[in-house]
Amino acid sequence: MAYSDKVIDHYENPRNVGKLDDSEDDVGTGMVGAPACGDVMRLQIKVNADGVIEDAKFKTYGCGSAIASSSLLTEWVKGKRVDEAEQIKNTEIAQELALPPVKIHCSVLAEDAIKAAVANYREKQGKS
Amino acid sequence: MTASRVNTPIYLDYLSTTPVDPRVAEAMMACLSPEGNFGNPASRSHVFGWKAEEAVENARCQVAELINADPREIVWTSGATESDNLAIKGAAHFYSKKGKHIITSKIEHKAVLDTCRQLEREGYEVTYLEPDAQGLTTPEAVAAALRDDTVVVSVMHANNEIGVVNDIAGIGEICRASGVIFHVDAAQGAGKVPLDMATMKVDLLSLSAHKMYGPKGIGALYVRRKPRVRIESQMHGGGHERGMRSGTLATHQIVGMGEAARIAREEMAEEAVRLQGLRERFWQGINDIPEVHINGDETQRLPGALNVSFAFVEGESLLMSLKDLAISSGSACTSASLEPSYVLRALGLNDEMAHSSLRFSFGRFTTEADVDYAVGQVHHAVEKLRELSPLWDMYQDGIDLNSIQWAAH
Repeated sequence: MAYSDKVIDHYENPRNVGKLDDSEDDVGTGMVGAPACGDVMRLQIKVNADGVIEDAKFKTYGCGSAIASSSLLTEWVKGKRVDEAEQIKNTEIAQELALPPVKIHCSVLAEDAIKAAVANYREKQGKS
Repeated sequence: MTASRVNTPIYLDYLSTTPVDPRVAEAMMACLSPEGNFGNPASRSHVFGWKAEEAVENARCQVAELINADPREIVWTSGATESDNLAIKGAAHFYSKKGKHIITSKIEHKAVLDTCRQLEREGYEVTYLEPDAQGLTTPEAVAAALRDDTVVVSVMHANNEIGVVNDIAGIGEICRASGVIFHVDAAQGAGKVPLDMATMKVDLLSLSAHKMYGPKGIGALYVRRKPRVRIESQMHGGGHERGMRSGTLATHQIVGMGEAARIAREEMAEEAVRLQGLRERFWQGINDIPEVHINGDETQRLPGALNVSFAFVEGESLLMSLKDLAISSGSACTSASLEPSYVLRALGLNDEMAHSSLRFSFGRFTTEADVDYAVGQVHHAVEKLRELSPLWDMYQDGIDLNSIQWAAH
């Protein structure tokens, strides 16, 4: 299968790979997917007092398109407010990376990941 | 690093096909010019036909010698897929009055499995044997599945995904004792490990030229004469090949397969040692990576083939990282279905291990430098992808991945 240049770029040079401290209240973690399906994404966001995402990290087990989708997502969410970040649509990711139809699910997973990370952050804030 | 001595991409996919040996190409070219041996082997009235027939019969002897058979037991076909169809449908139809039960294994090539599915549509009943954890279909498993109405048993010689080699002689004894026709798909094993029709009780055996450095588009079916095995032809026409397979014989293809068989027979022993050495060199080079596993029996296998699972990385991204290596994924996840390999699943691998598997196959033109380069590439790719993998993180933190409730999607 031919990958787009953008997928290859993110795959070769993934942005924001890593892990944030999940025990911190200002960190939201979203883990989506399943090993049996061939992809698992872990997206973490660190949100400042103004509700702005100041850092984002990811790790992804999956195909090149899944890795690229999550890498791109970390770039997009940084500097956005959490309510803006959760508005990101899978179609925007798929379009930016020129994903073929069989890889659309990778972008869907990325959208699920940011939603899950924001939900986790909000849950922690509600508790504190 | 030996990078300067290798040409990339390196071809490590000899189980999918092999390049034509230059000696084979030369023999074929002698049939492809106006001055050459272009005649129709069925033409009886002139020297052009006689010469072509002589070349075809010479090739028939060469293929027969590879498996220690009589040349009159070799029927030319277009390849192993056609041979499998002709053998299984041909025997099942011919002996249908005796019964309509067929036994095969779950990890056969699709050419066998789909042929069996077609026979099911025609009213036959098929038992699909589960291989053992090493990927082998044993004589005991076949014996346990035999019934009074069983007419055909079809079990592959060597498996195309994991490279394990079945006990064909043992299964042959069981089938002969029960009077059941035994078909073997030997596309992957022939020319790589010895096959002897004089001692193995095989009735029908499928062969392919392009897996043993011959051209694509030509194969053969061995049809035993003593005791005589009958098949119903699938291709009707001029009555070529004793009526079992009509169609003008492709002299150049046949000559190519014959020459490939001759080379394979003469060089098999030496080549097997060399390929096994390359395979072991490769495995020694990569088995210091943690959580790497060989799929299928470690000893009962083709000398040049290895299927490996790399836990916590995904096969397709691994292939993407290994773009300098021409290899194939054990998983079929580039297809829309995202289904992992049915062969690896049948071995009892879970989906993620099946997703993380690659098939490496070495062959006649693979060098030690190629293998060393591949080892370096595999190390680099696996390390990079594990650095990216949340599963690897969790594994290192001591988390049991099976204890997690994953949301399937």
